[in-house]
Amino acid sequence: MSQSNDPLIRLSNLGMTFPRPDSGGSIQVLDGVDLTISRGEIVALLGRSGSGKSTMLRLISGLIQPTSGSVTSAGKAVNGPNADVAMVFQNYALFPWLTVVENVEIGLEAKRVPPREARKSANDALKLVGLDGFAKAYPKELSGGMKQRVGFARSFVVQPRVMLLDEPFSSLDVLTAENLRGEIADLWEDGAFPAEAVLIVTHNIEEAVILADRVVVISANPGRVRGEIRISLPRPRERTAPEFRAMVDHIYTIMTNPERSVAEPQPQVLVGEDRMIDSTALPHARPGALSGLLELVEEYGGKEDVASVAERLRMEVDELLPILDTAVLLGFAEVAEGDVILNEAGARFANAEIDEAQVIFRDAVLQHAPMVRSIYERLLESKGGRLDGDVVVDVLDESFSEEEAKEQFDTAINWGRYAGLFEYDSDDETIRLHDETEAME
Amino acid sequence: MHRFLLLPRRVISRANISFADIFVFCGFFALLYGAAKVGSGFFESFNPPHDLPVIDLSPGGLAYYTARSMMRMFAALAISLVVALAAGYAAAKNRKAESIILPLLDIGQSVPILGFLAITVDGFIALFPGSLFGLECASIFAIVTCQLWNMAFVFYFSVKTLPRDLEDASRVFRMSKWRKFISLEVPYGMTGLVWNAMMSFGGGWLYVSAAEAINYSNKNYYLPGIGSYVAKAFQVNDMRAITWASLTIILVIIVVDQLFWRPVMAWAGKFQTQPVTGQEDSSWALDLLRSAQVPRWLNRRLRRIRAALFQIKWPAAPQLPKLKTKNRPFGVSGDLLFGVLVGGTVVAALYSGATYLRRELPLAEVGIATMGGLATLLRVAALLLVSTVIWTPIGVWIGFNPKIARRIQPVVQILSSYPYNFLFPIIAFALHAAGVPMSITAILLMALGSQWYVLFNTIAGAIEVPAEMRQMAESYGLKGWLLWKRLIIPAIFPAWVTGAITATGGAWNASILCEIVSRENETLAAPGLGTYIAQATAANDWPRIVLGVMLMCVTVVAINRLVWQRLYDLAESRYRIV
Repeated sequence: MSQSNDPLIRLSNLGMTFPRPDSGGSIQVLDGVDLTISRGEIVALLGRSGSGKSTMLRLISGLIQPTSGSVTSAGKAVNGPNADVAMVFQNYALFPWLTVVENVEIGLEAKRVPPREARKSANDALKLVGLDGFAKAYPKELSGGMKQRVGFARSFVVQPRVMLLDEPFSSLDVLTAENLRGEIADLWEDGAFPAEAVLIVTHNIEEAVILADRVVVISANPGRVRGEIRISLPRPRERTAPEFRAMVDHIYTIMTNPERSVAEPQPQVLVGEDRMIDSTALPHARPGALSGLLELVEEYGGKEDVASVAERLRMEVDELLPILDTAVLLGFAEVAEGDVILNEAGARFANAEIDEAQVIFRDAVLQHAPMVRSIYERLLESKGGRLDGDVVVDVLDESFSEEEAKEQFDTAINWGRYAGLFEYDSDDETIRLHDETEAME
Repeated sequence: MHRFLLLPRRVISRANISFADIFVFCGFFALLYGAAKVGSGFFESFNPPHDLPVIDLSPGGLAYYTARSMMRMFAALAISLVVALAAGYAAAKNRKAESIILPLLDIGQSVPILGFLAITVDGFIALFPGSLFGLECASIFAIVTCQLWNMAFVFYFSVKTLPRDLEDASRVFRMSKWRKFISLEVPYGMTGLVWNAMMSFGGGWLYVSAAEAINYSNKNYYLPGIGSYVAKAFQVNDMRAITWASLTIILVIIVVDQLFWRPVMAWAGKFQTQPVTGQEDSSWALDLLRSAQVPRWLNRRLRRIRAALFQIKWPAAPQLPKLKTKNRPFGVSGDLLFGVLVGGTVVAALYSGATYLRRELPLAEVGIATMGGLATLLRVAALLLVSTVIWTPIGVWIGFNPKIARRIQPVVQILSSYPYNFLFPIIAFALHAAGVPMSITAILLMALGSQWYVLFNTIAGAIEVPAEMRQMAESYGLKGWLLWKRLIIPAIFPAWVTGAITATGGAWNASILCEIVSRENETLAAPGLGTYIAQATAANDWPRIVLGVMLMCVTVVAINRLVWQRLYDLAESRYRIV
């Protein structure tokens, strides 16, 4: 293996144009793509469908020739099937008439490796992917996840310098994909992975963040490199870590805004110039529940054990937590060593009459809940003091999952209503400024 | 009164006719007039030996004869469709019917139709004495027997494999059997039915032309049609007429394809249940028909009839909680009785056939016929080998280039529909002059009609190979023989088996036409079972006809069972790419 300083793979100003099947004319799939892949890194190509990601893999593996630009592999131009790479396919591409071990040997057979040696390597590779008992089975006896393990084993045995993974987990069900992805990540982290670099094509953002050192974002029609994001999170990566979530959110925002430039992550991104809604997450608690909790703690003298509060309210701790989070967020209480401690504002809120409580809550929300405040501000700016609820949900959609965006919206509306900041008409899904005079009529 | 009020609106909408309307209108009446004119010929008087149809070799005669042959084809298609629907449905729905119909279909598609012609023609003439209609029926029957099997099979399978959810839905909505038949089972089977009908129809041209020259009580009679025209032309060696007929039939095949099958295929596209891959079938003729006003107006009227068909409340909808497990009352003893009846009939038929032959023929005759059978078997095997070696690589190349495949497929379809028996005498005598023995020539003649099925199916098989699999093979460096051994041969094997079954079936059938060829006063014959049957038919030698046809049936069914069935099962279980 050469230790030169050439990158393993270099794409320079790569362009690809296909003739249109029927009407004549042509489709440009890739335009001016530059990309390098170096030793010891996993690079993820992330893009929507139609961004030519799979075409890039086929160009790198030498299955097709580019219309412009060049592909070099370890310093050599690629002009035919590239022996430095091995591909794992989305739909496995196993031969149904060959046994598992025969499928794994296929690349070795093409390289004219002696049969005995080939069988040994194939069995080793099967052991590595946890399929040593299935050597003599036929692919149709295997589940999807096992089939893709065979696909990995088949590429492992040819000892490629770069592994090309073409959406390798997207044909699998969620749990199987999660499992296999985790094992592949483990192999890489343990240094047991039989290749020097990996290029994975995916449209799954979490997958890219779990596996990759660099995420290269590709735009669609034609495919161009929009930019890249370096992922320096420590391995093994935890999905639940806040940094992980922030990174996923950041890439999600980039992917849903084709005009946005790709830069390093800035948590709590504000989206779009004309419709700034802050998307700092709100804990899901109803103001009524908050008020009930604060009153209870006040009765106990302003300080009480969380577990006993939960017991008193007949709530599980995880039901209570969002309410506590809300109390803390709005500056009414602190939680320390398993106790809730009311502060002065909290005590005032707990003892206040309804009108007064609303004022205290409004001040707290405007100060501490930026999402509600930003909705209020946009309402003030808007003509006629109204906002389309759908638009707000759409904006939140860019930072949250669809379901969570809806819940965040509901919570924000709830708080805003309770604070007397705005009203919401669920029939025409319109948010309006709370107008005292109108309310009187 | 309100009819009057509605009239002006109708007139306006009807007055809004387009160029397409005029075209469709004229076409429709031309068709009607032609059918009436040509159809009247079906009942010409026929009283041998005085009253005989005469074949006129003028170009005008050719047009008329072509129309006659075409009407036979369509009549046969209509009959095949009805019988196929009935037989397929019965077999799919009733276990006892299934146990009779399936073997019948299986044997039916492997027997030599042309050999049977001599046997059936007697009965049909007796049925319509003094009219040509008897001969007409015999010839239509011959075409039906080559079209029916495929269509019945495909409909049977589609009814059998009706998806569970559709089955459940029909039960939940309490559809009557009739309702389910016309709104579920027929539409679901439509794509397969149309495709198979088209393929069988293409194959039918050979039989229509061969079945027009019918041998009856020791004489050749020519039923007016393009096949008789060619036969007569060869008899008087009129090369001009032969050339005209050979070109006309190409034109006819193309016209029928464009004006009938393309529109029907495009229409049947709406019954497709799988998501369509690639481009959908399109037809300019159907587009024209759809853009015209008059058919639309007609269609609105027809909708009432269709609605009435849907309304038929027969038979009564099944009661919902009908969870019977099995036909207990009829049970085992009923099945046994049924089996004994069917088995007894078969044994009795075989026995009476055998005693008939024993009485009429010396035992040595069986040996002679068997030797002929072996010779034909060798020819069929050689044909399969040669067409596989030649057409498989070409078919794979075409199939791997979808653009070429799309352009070539219609051409291959026309090539495979062409009735090559038109050309047999020319080729056979030319090769004879060049010193090629008839034994070899016969293989070539058989191949002319049958080779296309190998090509067809290889192309289809190659198209089916997933692109990912081919990319995998290429990226892992599979080349040359290794590529063929590991990918191409296994991948196209199921398609090849289908093609080989069709090709060899066709070759056995065609042996009756291929092994013995005559022109004016010359005859070239190669030893073989085809020649044996053809000569027995010419001599009206009933015992030998029966022996020859029986031997061919037995051989073909045995080979299908012992060789093809096993290869087919292997292909399905091991080599099918899902």
